[in-house]
Amino acid sequence: MAVEKRVRFKNWWLPWLLVAPQLVIVLVFFFWPAGQAIYQSLLTEDAFGTSTQFVGAENFLRLWHDESYLASFKTTALFSVLVAGLGLTLSLMLAVMADRVVRAANFYKTLLIWPYAVAPAVAGVVWLFMFAPSIGIVSFWLRVLGFDWNHLLDGGHAMALIVMASVWNQISYNFLFFLAGLQSIPKSLIEAAAIDGAGPWRRFWTVQFPLLTPTAFFLLVINIIYAFFHTFGIVDAATHGGPGKDTAILVYKVYFDGFKALDLGGSAAQSVVLMVIVIALTVVQFRYIEKRVNY
Amino acid sequence: MVENRPAATALSHLVLMLGVLIIAFPVYITFIASTHTAEEIVQHVPMTLLPGNNMLESYKLALQGGQTEYGSKIAPVAPMLWVSLVTAMIISVCKIAISLLSAFAIVYFRFPFRNTVFWMIFVTLMLPVEVRILPTYKVVADLGMLNTYAGLTIPLIASATATFLFRQFFLTVPDELVEAARIDGAGPMRFFKDILLPLSTTSIAALFVIQFIYGWNQYLWPLLVTTSEDMYPVVMGIKRMITGGDAATEWNAVMATAILAMLPPALVVLLMQKWFVKGLVDTEK
Amino acid sequence: MNMKLHAAALLALTALAAPATAQTEIQWWHSMGGALGEWVNDQAKGFNEKQKDYKVTPVFKGSYDESMTAAIAAFRAGTAPNILQVFEVGTATMMASKGAIKPVTQVMKEGGIKFDPKVYVPAVAGYYTAPNGEMMSLPFNSSTPVFHYNKDAFKAAGIDPERPPTTWPEVALAAAKLKASGHKCPFSTSWQSWTQLESFSAWHNVEFATKRNGFLGMDTRLAFNTPLHVRHIENLANMSKQGLFVYKGRGNAADATFVSGECAMLTGSSALYGSVKRNAKFASGIGTLPYYPDVPGAPQNTVIGGASLWAMSGKKPEEYKAVAAFFNYLSDPQVQAVSHQRTGYLPITTEAFAITEKSGFYKQNPGTDVSVNQMIRKVTDKSRGIRLGNFVQIRAIIDEEMEQVWGGKKSAKEGLDAAKKRGDEQLERFEKANKG
Repeated sequence: MAVEKRVRFKNWWLPWLLVAPQLVIVLVFFFWPAGQAIYQSLLTEDAFGTSTQFVGAENFLRLWHDESYLASFKTTALFSVLVAGLGLTLSLMLAVMADRVVRAANFYKTLLIWPYAVAPAVAGVVWLFMFAPSIGIVSFWLRVLGFDWNHLLDGGHAMALIVMASVWNQISYNFLFFLAGLQSIPKSLIEAAAIDGAGPWRRFWTVQFPLLTPTAFFLLVINIIYAFFHTFGIVDAATHGGPGKDTAILVYKVYFDGFKALDLGGSAAQSVVLMVIVIALTVVQFRYIEKRVNY
Repeated sequence: MVENRPAATALSHLVLMLGVLIIAFPVYITFIASTHTAEEIVQHVPMTLLPGNNMLESYKLALQGGQTEYGSKIAPVAPMLWVSLVTAMIISVCKIAISLLSAFAIVYFRFPFRNTVFWMIFVTLMLPVEVRILPTYKVVADLGMLNTYAGLTIPLIASATATFLFRQFFLTVPDELVEAARIDGAGPMRFFKDILLPLSTTSIAALFVIQFIYGWNQYLWPLLVTTSEDMYPVVMGIKRMITGGDAATEWNAVMATAILAMLPPALVVLLMQKWFVKGLVDTEK
Repeated sequence: MNMKLHAAALLALTALAAPATAQTEIQWWHSMGGALGEWVNDQAKGFNEKQKDYKVTPVFKGSYDESMTAAIAAFRAGTAPNILQVFEVGTATMMASKGAIKPVTQVMKEGGIKFDPKVYVPAVAGYYTAPNGEMMSLPFNSSTPVFHYNKDAFKAAGIDPERPPTTWPEVALAAAKLKASGHKCPFSTSWQSWTQLESFSAWHNVEFATKRNGFLGMDTRLAFNTPLHVRHIENLANMSKQGLFVYKGRGNAADATFVSGECAMLTGSSALYGSVKRNAKFASGIGTLPYYPDVPGAPQNTVIGGASLWAMSGKKPEEYKAVAAFFNYLSDPQVQAVSHQRTGYLPITTEAFAITEKSGFYKQNPGTDVSVNQMIRKVTDKSRGIRLGNFVQIRAIIDEEMEQVWGGKKSAKEGLDAAKKRGDEQLERFEKANKG
């Protein structure tokens, strides 16, 4: 990567010792199984693996010819931009506010971080309670406001639902790290800017945000990965990719084909595609966006 | 607060209250549901927002286990909480420890293949565990780690979130500190222990909360690697009570267990708040 | 010679003198949570207490999908369970994994247990039986789609609560009356593929897929876009436009809306009965699945849902003896009768049904015999069940296309044609992948 520290230690064997524990675990519990999982994308087999056929790129070609698969690229792009964008902006705003207030600070912080602890299984159920068309608490009030909520048959509503649920899930996470980042900015810098006459808005943009960029970069990468990879549970609980295919994001199909339909070869092929996309996106982020990060 | 701007403060409080209401609303609903009986939850739609009268019963059922008149047997939550606790602790502590070491090596040393090592670790984020779960299971089974804490935890500490975060943080630490340490004759590990670690407490605290909750809420992986009930973590217990159709779910017990399951993470969040502030004190860079 | 005789004698003596041998323990992975989980545990307990040679340990392994994944992972790693509960749509998948399973008929033979497939209810066991008569898996928890209705809502709408609609035209009429009386959701359905297409076909004695719904070969293709099917979906789509039929989601999401009183009529699983009895605030009733009276031969029987028990391969002979003995226990008419009355699932042997009837259970619990009557009555070649590969994907495709129809984006014919086209691709793929 382009970022380097000028000052280094000169030991040649110590760094290897330090990375060894993580490398060993990564090799045994990631690369080895991942390699096998990727190899499965070249096979067609029955669920239990009792009869395996090597089919080369056939699983990939089939994806290429599947209209609905290609359509889900667009759905996924829209979904990820919304989730990452909303997730980061909302949590940044909350973190800045929480950093400002003195009274009740702990109360806000606890209540904003704690929902992260709601088990996904329970969260899915609670969201259904809240948004069930016509009887959910939230849909009830939406209807009172004149808004006929039905995510079962309206694709736009369904997308809104999964975006909201996904953003909700991540806000506590983002909030926590933004807050940690804000609170490690030395008070002296902020005070100096204030003495210079900068108001809170100026102070944020000239002092706090630049120092927050390492954290923001971290969260950007993580949120994109989250939107691409870790949201299938929410889609499964809320919309199953419906109505029709309006909320069938790429990772949901990976999950569905792998776990429900037991098409392991097809699911593996899709994972490879997804992995390539995310690696490409990450490389782009490191190459072009990291330049603007202030270390 | 640097200067006193009542309007801005009032606005902040308003935004925060709104944020809390929205973000914490599902938690509130979970709590309300745990204070009603299962019938009340299912019959009143939309569910009332006020607590019901069944709180003691629901929580007694969840804590001690027992049989409902319907015939469902609720497993006591305490043993499962223990499994979850041990699992979450192992995952967070181990992950943070090995990531601190790796990030330190990657940022502060120059060695051949340094970039490759970073990307090798980083790429673990690009293929989530669900995708490679079958072969991972085989590795764990072959190593004889089924139904053990090792099997529950070690495969989950492979991913790179912590290493990435520490890398970000270490890159912001001024070089003057390293030079000062060198001048003092301190070797790399002294620098790590006496200077870098204390500076990192805020990041460590944040990561600890996240990793603890991540380990705490694990479901699919424990489902695969355990067959004996005394190794079931609490989220598995919750899922088991949600029957998904052919029988009635005891929603009050489910929600009560969910609330109980959220208490240890809440404790962790509260305790870690102290470390946030502590990090502030030492950062006169 | 003498030495050998001595050795043999010694061996025989040791065998006789050995203490009661360690129990053969077998693992049973299932997906029954809540009260049903207790039922599973009690089945195992009953068997374990009745004899000392074998012990069955039930292990809850998550939902049907999750336990399948767990079993696949375990099988590939050599730690598979002895018995696995698999949902009905996974039947073709299991059968295609020939090396992973052992058919029930074979297990019983190896276990030395006399096995008469004729005692099993044809419509129930037929789903899990190969065309040559070999029973592949043991039916365990079988339900069937029935017509649940809210008697109180009927009274309020001026409909006789003791005479539920039995034909689709009657359903539409009742729905109109309910809507007129202010009901927001007169009719809904769970498991739309199972109730409105699969069982619909069997009930009217038409094929859902060619080759007798896939029983005769993997070159089966979907057949649910006939004029009869199109007519039915069109009717439902019209009802949806008029607010008489309200779509409440995939799977069994609609069940909760019936129990809460939101929807007054529901075509769903017979197994919902327990939830309804416990949680509903209103008087409820069960009727038979509606049909079109102008279709010759209707009604026939419906298609079962639920799951069956599969014996996994690669286990030791003593373990298969244990599995056979357990399957035998589960099929015992008395055990079946008790299970049926406890859970509402169908009895798998005709004798269990007779025992229950004689005991007066159906009189005391009106409506519980509807599901049984729908299945026991008769069965034809077209209504024995459905065996399609990639069935999970096909059901998802049907869900997707139907949603477009209910949302007004496609006509009934367009939706069914699209579902058939996409579903056939899945069937072709399955056929190709399993040619061996």
